[in-house]
Amino acid sequence: MTFTMSRRLAILLLVLLAALALFPLWGKLAFAAKFPFLMQKLTGIMILAILAMSLDLLVGVAGLVSLGHAAFFGLGGYVLAMMSPQYEAANLWLVLPCALGVTALASLVVGFLSIRTSGIYFIMVTLAFGQMGYYFFNDSKAAGGSDGAFIYVKPAVEAFGVTLLDLDQKLTFFYVALGTLVAVYALLRLLLASPFGRVVRAIGVNEYRVQGLGFNPMAYKLVAFTIAGTIAGLGGFLAATQYGFVNPAMLGWHQSGHVLVMVILGGMGTLFGPVLGAFILELAHFAFESVTDHWLLPMGVMVIAIVLLLPKGVAGLLIQWTTLPPPQAGEGGERSETGEGPHPPTAARRVPPSPASGRGEVKEAPP
Amino acid sequence: MDFAKGLPRRSILQAGLVAAGASAFVPTRFAIGNTAKVKVGFLLPYTGTYAGLGEAITNGFKLAIEERGGKLGGRDIQFVAVDDESNPAKGPENTSKLVSGENVDFVVGPVHSGVALGMVKVVRETGTIAVIANAGAGAATGPLCAPNIFRTSFTNWQTAYPMGKVAVERGLKNVVTISWKYAAGEEALSGFEAGFTKAGGKVVKQILVPFPSDEFQANLTEIAALKPDGVFTFFAGAGALKFVKDYAAAGLKSIPLMGPGFLTDGVLKAQGEAAEGVLTTLHYADALDTPENKSFRAAYAKAFGKEADVYAVQGYDSAQLLVQGMAAVKGDTSAKPALIEAMEKSVIKSPRGTFTLSKAHNPVQDIYLRQVKGGQEIVLGVAEKGLADPATGCKMA
Amino acid sequence: MDIWFFLIQVLNGVQYGLLLFLVASGLTLIFGIMGIINLAHGAFYMLGAYLAWWLAGLTGSLAAAVLLSLPLAAGIGYVIEALLVRVLYKRDHLDQVLLTYGLILIFNEAQRIFWGNDVHGVTMPAAFNWSIKLTEAQSYPSYRLFLSAVCAALAVAMYVVIARTRFGMWVRAGASNRDMVAALGINVKLLFGVVFAVGAALAGLAGALSTPITSVAPGMGDTVLILCFVVVVIGGVGSVKGAFLGAMLIGLADTFGKVFVPDYASFTVYGVMAAVLLWKPRGLFA
Repeated sequence: MTFTMSRRLAILLLVLLAALALFPLWGKLAFAAKFPFLMQKLTGIMILAILAMSLDLLVGVAGLVSLGHAAFFGLGGYVLAMMSPQYEAANLWLVLPCALGVTALASLVVGFLSIRTSGIYFIMVTLAFGQMGYYFFNDSKAAGGSDGAFIYVKPAVEAFGVTLLDLDQKLTFFYVALGTLVAVYALLRLLLASPFGRVVRAIGVNEYRVQGLGFNPMAYKLVAFTIAGTIAGLGGFLAATQYGFVNPAMLGWHQSGHVLVMVILGGMGTLFGPVLGAFILELAHFAFESVTDHWLLPMGVMVIAIVLLLPKGVAGLLIQWTTLPPPQAGEGGERSETGEGPHPPTAARRVPPSPASGRGEVKEAPP
Repeated sequence: MDFAKGLPRRSILQAGLVAAGASAFVPTRFAIGNTAKVKVGFLLPYTGTYAGLGEAITNGFKLAIEERGGKLGGRDIQFVAVDDESNPAKGPENTSKLVSGENVDFVVGPVHSGVALGMVKVVRETGTIAVIANAGAGAATGPLCAPNIFRTSFTNWQTAYPMGKVAVERGLKNVVTISWKYAAGEEALSGFEAGFTKAGGKVVKQILVPFPSDEFQANLTEIAALKPDGVFTFFAGAGALKFVKDYAAAGLKSIPLMGPGFLTDGVLKAQGEAAEGVLTTLHYADALDTPENKSFRAAYAKAFGKEADVYAVQGYDSAQLLVQGMAAVKGDTSAKPALIEAMEKSVIKSPRGTFTLSKAHNPVQDIYLRQVKGGQEIVLGVAEKGLADPATGCKMA
Repeated sequence: MDIWFFLIQVLNGVQYGLLLFLVASGLTLIFGIMGIINLAHGAFYMLGAYLAWWLAGLTGSLAAAVLLSLPLAAGIGYVIEALLVRVLYKRDHLDQVLLTYGLILIFNEAQRIFWGNDVHGVTMPAAFNWSIKLTEAQSYPSYRLFLSAVCAALAVAMYVVIARTRFGMWVRAGASNRDMVAALGINVKLLFGVVFAVGAALAGLAGALSTPITSVAPGMGDTVLILCFVVVVIGGVGSVKGAFLGAMLIGLADTFGKVFVPDYASFTVYGVMAAVLLWKPRGLFA
């Protein structure tokens, strides 16, 4: 959980971001034939990355593993679909706040009920709520049932009658997604650096200690859950806008699981890790599928290789690469409740009661 | 992707020879040098529950192409396949992968109705010609119909509606309907109910089982308690196999079981004894005694080492539709209005019998009445001749 | 609604619950005792079903096929534990989730490569070609009763082994403190390998035994996976009794949901689980 990242890592990430931002320029030269699709694909991945980052706030930071997170993603999309008139554009300044409001409310309610549980029970409760959300839209004829629903005209982004952004333009939408991705990342970084964020991070490490310090972990968890759900809703809103199509499958546990895999694979608790996870998982899928019919096999092997070789996900590897001297970065990332007995060095390093210690290569941000 | 690998080498060689012969005809409308391949994109499931259907459609499609010289309108073909995973959430993206990533001239697929709607959303915007090779969602050729969207399969309504009259004729007045709670099932059940009530029957109860639960005992007990004259059901694939077996095992065989033919197609052998007597309606039957069907089945068995099914026929006919359209424009895909018009007017000599397309681009086809007898699907006759989907909401109809 | 209808539905619910317990029993072991969130549980279920179908075709006997598929599933489980899972014991639980997710992909692809995409069924063994007449319209297939008996026997056996035997004691001790058990001279590696293999074999057994009343088809493992977790968690992780009662509760809730509130039947399983966990945040028996 590195919230002060090394300069090298920051540079590396900025280079990757620049490469992504300039893709419309170099992508056209590098992949002439597939360029239009790759634009859409990358836009889609960025939207999933937003979803993955929001889940990381729960899984990686607060220690709340949700398997129902996609429900808020889908809900955000469905609000747009339900509010869009058939033949004209919905007003973004109206539908976006509504979508965010509805998902915020839904995640507040679900969070309020769910955070009473923890561990696997939390996973299963969130799964249950997610599946109920899935069936709500699947069974609802008004929302298009299992076939889903269309958004015929993309929302209009206007001010005083002037169109600010034309979301139908693939290039515009690419940058809208990129801008949202960066903004969400910045927002979450700020949030986690704030006093509120530090308490949330501490909860992820040791809830009882936080409680002992006089904080009410429930309130903090609930706020984090609501923020994460709302950001997921924002992602879903963008996803629905991109293709103008929503389907109950957006809410289902397969989707939640898929995003959870992105978070773990990318590196939990790092925020940028899940973004990388989204890109790696989706692009690997794309690449394997264009090479072989049996793409599941290389995907499975890749996932297993990453989990075996990179204990802290891809982000962990990058942190290791970019941090000097390396040995210090190698501290064990286990926060498991079992089996930590015979590791005196690890245990020793954990002793300081600094809330963020004990997980990953924490270099605690100065207060 | 190596698409020839499903085919034995010999048939590829044969196809090559035929193709060499066919290329003796120089396409007239085509300038020399314009020899780019026609790109056909498959949007089909190759993994997961419906993988078998995707495989059959692909096989059928390729068989038809090979039999007709391996070309479309004189041009070589490049196949691109995308595994749609039957995931509707990824339907638009996977369609885009074919349409804007691969610049395919035609999209063929999908199996899943939700994916079909996602596909329809994209191709309505890009204008790419799409041939729905299975998904029965009524909306795709109803309110969402478009000149570039064709269907060679069926609508859920179409395979269910004719059974209504059949049921009444057989003296089944009170019927329970049961399916999964999803669009395909609900459309089929309401199609049956429309035909059934029109003929004077009464649906006693409609049971919708949560999708994809395959524990049917509770509902079978319900049916036993209601003691209807008959039961109409829509299930396909693994669900159909299990439902028919459970139905028989619960001792309900004395109540006639009816449904669209997907109830037994492809799973009849696995259902065994349990399927005995099941009455179905479908636009195809394995046992159809026509020269087209016999030669199709023989060629399919030879090429792929397994029996053809209705899905293979749909793939086969999707190819035939493209062959006819492309022949009319001599391979010039840029002549889209002429191509679409030619496709509209196609008369497809299908293994299922000859069919044409309605104004909404749905097959106008005979629906057969079939029954399982002695472990074989027997064709009892035609339940409804030249049936067209009403295409409610389609502005082209 | 007469009383018989109600009683038959109770029978349906109990029987479905027993079936769920059978399918989830392996997960109770692996998850409840070893603490591993084994997403590949459904894959082992599928493996068992495909092995049984395939071996039944080869040997002509379902009984032989089931008996042969057991050691195969156990062996594959043991190898996976030894090669992959073992590396991750000291890691975050979520790493195990990721690993077993990767395994699902590989199992699904292996199924496609070895056995193809078609839907298969296994013929009911002749010994069970009879049923019990419940009402004038409905009868109950004997095989389902046999399965219920197997499930009940399995539940008792699991309970006795874990609660009453030395092996069970090791397992319980190993679950709560691996290092302590190892220090006592017990081979924890072997112990956990065996538990994982037994869990895989139980999932395989469930798949194999279900073949006559279900379809052997691609993706069959995914559907049961979630139900298994529901059953195991609802009763309280690590308790055989809890898993058993959880299975019963879900079996009955599903059955009665389908009959009495059909419009909301999709929600019953998840609604019950959410309600139980909100009421008792650590499951019914924790």
